[in-house]
Amino acid sequence: MSRAATAEPPVPARRSLRHRLAAVGIDRLVLLAIPAAATIALLFVYPFLYGLGLSFQPLDGGGALANYRAFFNDAYQASTIAKTLRLALPAALLNVAVSVPIAHKMRQPMRFKRLITTALILPVTLGTVLVAEGLIRYFGPNGWFNQALLGLGLIDSPLPLTNNYVGVFASLVITGFPLALLIVLGHASGIDPDVEKAAATLGASPTQRFWKVTFPLMLPGVSIAFLLAFVAAFAVFPSAVMVGNPSGETRVISIAAYQAAYEQFDFPMASTIAMVMAAVELAVIAVILGLRSRLYRGATAGGKG
Amino acid sequence: MGSVPAAPPRRRLTFSVSSWILVGIMAFFLLNLAALILGVLFNSFATSWFATALPAGWTTRWYEFAIDSFRMLRVLAATAQISAAVVVISLVVGTPAAYVIARRDFPGKRALLLLFLLPMLVPPITYGIPLATALYKFGLAGSRGGVILANIVPAVPFVIFVLVPFIEQIDENVERAARMCGASTWRVFSRVLAPLMVPGLLAAGLLVLIRVLGMFELTFLTAGPGDQTLVVALYYTVFAAGIRPGQAIDAMAVIYMLTTFVPLLIALRFINPTQMVVRMKREAAA
Repeated sequence: MSRAATAEPPVPARRSLRHRLAAVGIDRLVLLAIPAAATIALLFVYPFLYGLGLSFQPLDGGGALANYRAFFNDAYQASTIAKTLRLALPAALLNVAVSVPIAHKMRQPMRFKRLITTALILPVTLGTVLVAEGLIRYFGPNGWFNQALLGLGLIDSPLPLTNNYVGVFASLVITGFPLALLIVLGHASGIDPDVEKAAATLGASPTQRFWKVTFPLMLPGVSIAFLLAFVAAFAVFPSAVMVGNPSGETRVISIAAYQAAYEQFDFPMASTIAMVMAAVELAVIAVILGLRSRLYRGATAGGKG
Repeated sequence: MGSVPAAPPRRRLTFSVSSWILVGIMAFFLLNLAALILGVLFNSFATSWFATALPAGWTTRWYEFAIDSFRMLRVLAATAQISAAVVVISLVVGTPAAYVIARRDFPGKRALLLLFLLPMLVPPITYGIPLATALYKFGLAGSRGGVILANIVPAVPFVIFVLVPFIEQIDENVERAARMCGASTWRVFSRVLAPLMVPGLLAAGLLVLIRVLGMFELTFLTAGPGDQTLVVALYYTVFAAGIRPGQAIDAMAVIYMLTTFVPLLIALRFINPTQMVVRMKREAAA
């Protein structure tokens, strides 16, 4: 609105700079964003760069890359990447794959929808520490889950479900599935049902309508859900310690980073591992956002979507 | 429900095998979730509970035990102080930025959005370790101030992404009218926008509160022994479980659940659960 007026008489240089800035949209009001931007720059960007710099200054010398070499040459350390991926990828895939058909069904008017979404937000809110504590009991040898399987005669002796891969995987599903479903659902409910009705009118079967119409429109939401589900699962920490086997099959990369920092007090090494973690996460984010930008991104609804 | 005459028969037709499978999956998930939470709740009131369906007897003494031996009052006081500080600071810092993003287009806006998006995309444990290291360098880690600073990092972008759609819904003509009548920027904010934004500010504040209460990683990495929030204290208690009765740990877990349920129930009164997690999605697409 307050674009610089061109008919005005010549103005001093300082004011004209302000006017020129105002003409491209920078005025005093934009300065209101500075406190928030400065906070993130100071508390997120700076520590990240500091950690990056620190990772190239190994405690024991040996050149800038010594820490990275040490990490990748030590099988115990390097294997944490594979261990983490082995947990995070299947968990994220399962969470998103199950969310898509359920979100598709939940778009229709249904009873208890509000109740179900409220129940789903609970594990997201409670967090992994509480879910892990609950799992220790529920999945334990004397827990309800094993009791039920024994009672139904499906097993003869309690299954080992805690202190191993299964426990951590279960915790990733319990906290990750609701998150994925709520994201997919939030996105899918913005898709205009008339689009499907139009496809139906043109003779598309329910299967065709889903794969040719609805699913492609859901994909942007699905990709974000997968991205967040994967990144969250990749950073799994408390449940890997509590319901996992933190010195064996669920020694995930965040445990390695934590141990370097708080057990060996080798902050350069801890930063190195954190940077490796960030690199994997950012690579996945970049790949998914890159693929996502090639998707159809037009109007999916009449109003706001 | 069912006021549309054509709907019931058609819905019954589409209620196919696949629908039942999906309903089954959903029911199985919710059943396990309920059992998980109820297991913790029951155990916290149990005299003893081994391989039986229900505990042998009921008691409330584990709550007294947990409050006495886990220094719960100190933990609760620290939790309250830390979360209040994070909520207030993130609202004060985040709201003006949310206003600018909702109302203005300016060069560098995409870069600014990316800056705010990154702390929400990168998991806390990843940036928490460099952040804690940097805080140690300045002698801030292991202090309450350090915990507050660390928790502000995800809270400020969260406030921004919750508030932007709220502000977008406020008619800009209201502000123009106020300006036409001679109101200064500050007066427009305090007398016109702030009252209209109260629901948004409340929602953002409550959601930040819930996230701070549940934020394990950042608090865990930066807290000294006296600055643990409830969730971190719970982790340490489980970690040292060998010497503590399991029922007392679950009593602590129940107290933790209550502290998150209350703000959650209030928040759900004016926020749709799907919006609690997808606010940022639209910005990611921008």
